[in-house]
Amino acid sequence: MNNLIDLEKKINSELTTKINKTSIKHNQIYVEIDKDDLIDVVLFIKTNKDTKFRQLIDITVVDYPEETQRFKIVYLFLSHEFNHRMILSYSISENELISSLTSVFPSANWMEREVFDMYGVNFKNHPDLRRILTDYGFEGHPLRKDFPLTGHSEVRYSEEKKKVINEPVKLEQKYRNFDYESPWEGTKYIKEISETNDKKN
Amino acid sequence: MTKKIKNLNLNFGPQHPAAHGVLRLILELDGEVVEKADPHIGLLHRGTEKLIENKTYMQAVPYFDRLDYVAPMNQEHAFALAIEKILDIDVPIRAQYIRVMFCEIGRILSHILNVTTQALDVGALTPSLWGFEERETLMTFYERASGSRLHANYFRAGGVHQDLPAGLEIDIAKFCETFPKIINDLENLLTDNRIFKQRNVDIGVVTKDDALNYSFSGVMIRGSGIPWDLRKSQPYDCYDQLEFKIPVGKNGDCYDRYLCRIEEMKESVSIIKQCLARMEKGPIKTFDGKISPPSKAEIKQSMEALIHHFKLFTEGYRVPKDEIYTAVEAPKGEFGVYLISDGSSKPYKCKIRAPGFSHLQSMDYLIKGHMLADVPAVLGSLDIVFGEVDR
Repeated sequence: MNNLIDLEKKINSELTTKINKTSIKHNQIYVEIDKDDLIDVVLFIKTNKDTKFRQLIDITVVDYPEETQRFKIVYLFLSHEFNHRMILSYSISENELISSLTSVFPSANWMEREVFDMYGVNFKNHPDLRRILTDYGFEGHPLRKDFPLTGHSEVRYSEEKKKVINEPVKLEQKYRNFDYESPWEGTKYIKEISETNDKKN
Repeated sequence: MTKKIKNLNLNFGPQHPAAHGVLRLILELDGEVVEKADPHIGLLHRGTEKLIENKTYMQAVPYFDRLDYVAPMNQEHAFALAIEKILDIDVPIRAQYIRVMFCEIGRILSHILNVTTQALDVGALTPSLWGFEERETLMTFYERASGSRLHANYFRAGGVHQDLPAGLEIDIAKFCETFPKIINDLENLLTDNRIFKQRNVDIGVVTKDDALNYSFSGVMIRGSGIPWDLRKSQPYDCYDQLEFKIPVGKNGDCYDRYLCRIEEMKESVSIIKQCLARMEKGPIKTFDGKISPPSKAEIKQSMEALIHHFKLFTEGYRVPKDEIYTAVEAPKGEFGVYLISDGSSKPYKCKIRAPGFSHLQSMDYLIKGHMLADVPAVLGSLDIVFGEVDR
């Protein structure tokens, strides 16, 4: 499949019910699926002779804390043969278990460990689900939107105890986040603001 | 009488000179043969992605310098391209040539470091002394363009921060004349060197299938014979107008990867020459006043420029709601940025795809069954920099 539109048709016709939505943007194909179809869909796009997405580039998560299906899991694939990129995604709510891709792509191992570490998403059938980037004994999941930028604890060497200790973060000055957003693009923007304000009232 | 032999666990790093930074590698040894390798990473984790979510797009650029700090501008390039694609802005041709030129300088910087330290890891001291002299020259080019030897903060969405200072182009051209001789000198020392070959040939062999399955990219995938380079296959900026070759290895071992890097440096020199020859005077960033800040002279005369300057450096520019993945061919492989914008002046999410992360992951697969002494050789040829692995 040398062309993205053909590829989109192919995926839709072959996987019909498993695909929720497809779109093409920025020369990439975006596919939305259901959580339970992950392994089937990935095996198909990896092995089918017309797709051949044989490389998993990355796995990541986008956190939308105000939604019920809080986490959007994103998989990036690359097909060397046809020079296509695919962005595969599905949403899950907190504490939901998802399947590990390690049986299909060995490189998913660390990527899933990173997702687990940063977002606290759990994988089933993962061979070695440990934290990877954060410190030994770290608590919390730093990339969640409700995790503060400053973190919860800081580390220092204690002269009395002669060892490195963890303490709650003490800031001399509170972290300041200024809201600079203001109407400088003209009236259209101001209108939008007033509409949203009305809804709140 | 039988003796019970227990496997030995060895802690390699995090303060080991051959660990190329802060890698803690737990090795399980049976005699001198490595049974299992478990890399512990994250000792240099700074939460770059979290920090970027809390900064405006312009403030986020310096974080990219601190990822792969051996070739800083290549990372900035990926981020700049991602924003440009979402904003749908054009980059002036001179800026494209400047960016490509500095990316290739970054590639040489990174490959010199890697080739010479790989030689150092297997016992050759001289290449690193010769190579680092050249790196120093290249870093002065960085300094003259951006004001900083390493953390350049030079690329912007829509171009580069400022034009090249007078005389820099001539000096880079001079460097392109003298540098191939240095590559030859390095090759004289290493390519046919008996010890270097004994330590690298047939060590850490990667097959084509495994290179794909383990998400390899860059030299790691080309060393195994897959001709894949994003500069050719998915060209960005002005790469499609330049002529260059993609060196590809045959056996997929450490030695082939070394040869690829040497050849790539030669190609980079040729790309830099082409950029210099084609570069003409002209604008170096987009004219859109809502994205690129005005010049100092303009601020003194124009009220509009003053307002733009103030807004750009406080609020920053807003990027419409979108989702994009852009990748560049960084010296170490495919460096990608997965960016989600929500219409505000800060990214909602910015996932950084670092090539070293996937490469280091395969350490266990690469080193299993090899001798302990091969660990530094394999690690050296993976081209690991912890800034990008740990992020």
